[in-house]
Amino acid sequence: MSLLEISGLNLKIGAADILHNVSLAVEAGQVTAVIGESGSGKSMTAYCVNQLLPRGAAAGGQVLFDRQNMLALDEASLCQMRGRDIGMVFQEPMTALNPVQTIGAQVAETVLIHGEASKAEAKAIARDTLNRVGLPEDQFPLSRYPHELSGGQRQRVVIAMAIALRPKLLIADEPTTALDVTTQAQILELLKRLVREEGDMGLLLISHDLGVVADVADRIVIMRKGEVVEQGTTAEIFAHMKHPYTKALFEASSHAPERGDNAEEVSILEVADLVRDYALPKKSLFGKAPKFRAVDGVSFTLKKGESLGLVGESGCGKSTLTRAILGLEAVQGGSITINGEQVRAGHTVPRNLRRNMQVVFQDPYGSFNPRHKVSRLVAEPFHLLDDAPKGENRRLAIAEALMAVGMHSSDADKYIHEFSGGQRQRIAIARALIINPELIILDEAVSALDVSIRAQILDLLAELSDRLGLSYLFISHDLSVVRAITDRVMVMKSGEIVEEGLTEAIFRNPAHPYTRALLEAAPKLEEMLQ
Amino acid sequence: MIKAAFRMPGFTIGFVIAFIFVGAALVSFLWTPYPVDGVDIANKLHGPDATNWFGTDHLGRDIFSMIMVGARTSIAVAIVAVGIGVVLGVPLGLAAASKKGTLLDEFIMRGNDLIFAFPALLIAILITAVFGASAVNAIIAIGIFNIPVFARLSRGGALSLWTRDFVLAARVAGKGRVRISFEHILPNITNLLIVQGTIQFSLGILAEAALSYVGLGAQPPIPSWGRMLADSQTMVSFAPHLALFPGAAIVLTVLGLNLMGDALRDLFDPKLRRDRQ
Repeated sequence: MSLLEISGLNLKIGAADILHNVSLAVEAGQVTAVIGESGSGKSMTAYCVNQLLPRGAAAGGQVLFDRQNMLALDEASLCQMRGRDIGMVFQEPMTALNPVQTIGAQVAETVLIHGEASKAEAKAIARDTLNRVGLPEDQFPLSRYPHELSGGQRQRVVIAMAIALRPKLLIADEPTTALDVTTQAQILELLKRLVREEGDMGLLLISHDLGVVADVADRIVIMRKGEVVEQGTTAEIFAHMKHPYTKALFEASSHAPERGDNAEEVSILEVADLVRDYALPKKSLFGKAPKFRAVDGVSFTLKKGESLGLVGESGCGKSTLTRAILGLEAVQGGSITINGEQVRAGHTVPRNLRRNMQVVFQDPYGSFNPRHKVSRLVAEPFHLLDDAPKGENRRLAIAEALMAVGMHSSDADKYIHEFSGGQRQRIAIARALIINPELIILDEAVSALDVSIRAQILDLLAELSDRLGLSYLFISHDLSVVRAITDRVMVMKSGEIVEEGLTEAIFRNPAHPYTRALLEAAPKLEEMLQ
Repeated sequence: MIKAAFRMPGFTIGFVIAFIFVGAALVSFLWTPYPVDGVDIANKLHGPDATNWFGTDHLGRDIFSMIMVGARTSIAVAIVAVGIGVVLGVPLGLAAASKKGTLLDEFIMRGNDLIFAFPALLIAILITAVFGASAVNAIIAIGIFNIPVFARLSRGGALSLWTRDFVLAARVAGKGRVRISFEHILPNITNLLIVQGTIQFSLGILAEAALSYVGLGAQPPIPSWGRMLADSQTMVSFAPHLALFPGAAIVLTVLGLNLMGDALRDLFDPKLRRDRQ
């Protein structure tokens, strides 16, 4: 008898079929990973277990947890079980904690709600649990507030809340998606250790990233459109991959588009000793405001037709650097040279130089004004031209840009909410292309996409670069993507470039310890396959 | 969107009430049962009957006609006052948001705080004390009080929009702050403005009634709901209908507009909308 046995689970929300005949099992002391792209129903499957379903949801089938059918339990008994028998870890550690309560109070709350202990005992349990998740007392007293902790430390607190009562089942819904690579590796290590230490606790790990789970999971369940397409032990899945979707998913995860070598010896962007300081809040009324140096003396050259990667974890200054290059923020030192024309610190980037650069952002949902039609959105950069096309020419230019990214010219009359995330990212690329820039800055442009969509967008980018001789500055935290699409790569840490060189050379032979740490922390799917 | 609005009972009821009063105000330009300045002392203080539907006041004027013309005053004052608030407040708020953290932002917002610190009625009394009591001065007083409401609202809405990627994309396209404010920010805060507009509109009607009640609003012989209430005060024990009808008119209009505002807020808030489905 497994700890959790889901069989023939169906779920409808309103009229929409969400899950269809889902069956899977979690054994005590083992890790079962559910993998799928967005909309595959992987999270809903987990929510069926503790019955945290949205309003209007109707579940059928059987969810046997510890010999009880969860679907038949009433709300009161479910409340009893949630937190005590089933712990849950969410994706976003920033919002999963109450910002006005101390971490000690939040961990102790789980214990107190279930009336398992007195206040003093709850406090002791909270302390003990925080120690176990790697937040020792001398550095992390119970009186700390969430805002005093980093993302990874907050996720540890969330995990502590989930395991405080030693539940039989821990559900972790994308627990590392919002975290940096090195932090991700640590959290996965922690989850693995906890399962091992507890002995009989099962872990249901939900993720979109095959690389993440490959190392942790005992069993893998692959879901697509509300159905389980394949499941088995990790070794079986990796060795056989019976279902074509599984194969496609593996291929997309490590997809590297075919690219020509287009780099010419002409540099289109030269950045020299760039410095960007932010003023911090003043400490005293008359004192000088302290400064935070987000970009510290960065220099690099980007050649025409080249694809240059910029890798670093959140807060390393890569987004600030982008904004400075785009001329959106004033810099405090150094210079930016675009097509041979130098812009020194203290000067703004003139319009004729801005024309050569466009940008694609990470979030396909936030990148467009929801109240404008696609034609108007795509045509926005025309503002940079002195003789922007009008009337019929404008219409043709918009159609051409849309077709270049694989969209249809009739899409111009639609609103942005009619498109999926991948389509929106294509439209974002069309917007960047419309004024024929030489350089496109891709700021985490594929990070928010599903792996299969990501592979398509990477192919599109490679094709555009080959055809139009575009240069890319490709900013990402995802090393496998950077490896697939760039010729050269720079590694950034605390505002400085710590290592730079040909992509393959750096990935094979990282010289700087930070680069090495990054590469070691990154999930290694390819090695698992061999 | 309009269809969805009318599917909500609150909006429909509110709309019908508002429509009746706006209709009455418009019709009053062309026709009223009796002229509002038709003094007929012989007929004074009549209760409601077939000839005078809402009765007559202490000068024998027809109350129904006065309510109709009074609606005109109330609505005109409220529209212009909200208009002043929107036309001056929204650009100020947008400007403050586009220059967040600068001296301009501080200057605009602290100025707003200053206006907010004075009660509306106090400003009105100040203005009328200096310029004399009239409907125009009442409008100005109420309008000034509306400016910080709209300035704060649009600044708040705009601030969160300024961090969005599509605004960044517009900046990459070389667009300036003013242009982005009107092209990208304003259309995305219209929901907020419409909802606040209906609420400020009802507050404007209340404020006008209050000012007229203390004699600082529309001056005789222009009828006003607030002054009708004030006039009825001494006679309320033996002629309650004098207070009843203008009072009911005020309550109903404000209620109707608030219902509309609430419904619109629900409609524009995607979270509340999802819950309703």
